[in-house]
Amino acid sequence: MDFASSERAGAQPKEITSAKIVVAGGFGVGKTTLVGAVSEIEPLTTEAVMTSAGQGVDDASKVPGKGTTTVAMDFGRITMADDLILYLFGTPGQTRFWFMWDELIRGAVGAAVLVDTRRIADAFAPLDYFENRHLPYLVALNCFDGAPRYEPDEVREALAIPAHVPLIMCDARQRDSVRTVLVGVVEHAMATLVAEQTGGFPAVVG
Amino acid sequence: MGQPQDPRGNLVRPYAVTRGRTEPRRDIPIEAVLVASQAALQEARFAGHDKYRIAVLCEAKPQSLAELSAHLRQPLGVSRVLVADMVADGLLSLHSAAPKTGFAERMDLLERVLSGLRKL
Repeated sequence: MDFASSERAGAQPKEITSAKIVVAGGFGVGKTTLVGAVSEIEPLTTEAVMTSAGQGVDDASKVPGKGTTTVAMDFGRITMADDLILYLFGTPGQTRFWFMWDELIRGAVGAAVLVDTRRIADAFAPLDYFENRHLPYLVALNCFDGAPRYEPDEVREALAIPAHVPLIMCDARQRDSVRTVLVGVVEHAMATLVAEQTGGFPAVVG
Repeated sequence: MGQPQDPRGNLVRPYAVTRGRTEPRRDIPIEAVLVASQAALQEARFAGHDKYRIAVLCEAKPQSLAELSAHLRQPLGVSRVLVADMVADGLLSLHSAAPKTGFAERMDLLERVLSGLRKL
């Protein structure tokens, strides 16, 4: 854009890169809490309208009298530099909205699957989803007050989490704890990228 | 358009502000950042209410498509159609989402994100 560059005297507009990390997990597991713990803005909500013509991604008969279904996603933002912004997107709670997950993970750095140890079974669908996508992810056990404590190995076994997937404990309300989760996602993404480059890692099914 | 007997009924109603268009002129990732210059903001005054609001937001601060959709309380797909129009018309500049190919480019981005997180 020609006029953009001449607008502010002397300042060449910088190309801004945006990256995103996806936070997945069952309904009410604390995804928005996690996003809010590190976001510089109050988590925002964006909605996607799905039409019943959506190629069988949803069963419109479950929503009587409606031709559309609205899917909400919460997200936050961390401005890291004037040319780098990280966005954190929570997946829609209902795992039947896969069409929206596909859009969310496209181009993502990686993902964290948040697990509530009181409802471990809620994590099966998100874990299955990421296992079948070409996206590095880790599992974060959200340690609620009063929730049953399990050893990480017990959870790994219960959820059949592959050995190459990191599993960490966290408190989604605590900024430091959430930062550790996000650092873990990026470090795992780097390790995966290096392994792919050197061919020393089992190929992920795309 | 918009007649009650329209066989598409509810399906198109959220898209009234795009005059029924549901396909954007170009695909824009949900996290892609948009910027409006002051000159573009002036021009956008004549582009209609919704596009002007987008220009105001993007002139004040770089905003992603997701943020615009949230602030305008519009479905993502509606904002995407409007934003794609504005990019095509030179009212917004589209900034890049993360590189999807190239080992060095991807690793460089991961390193920058990692260092940004550690500074939190």
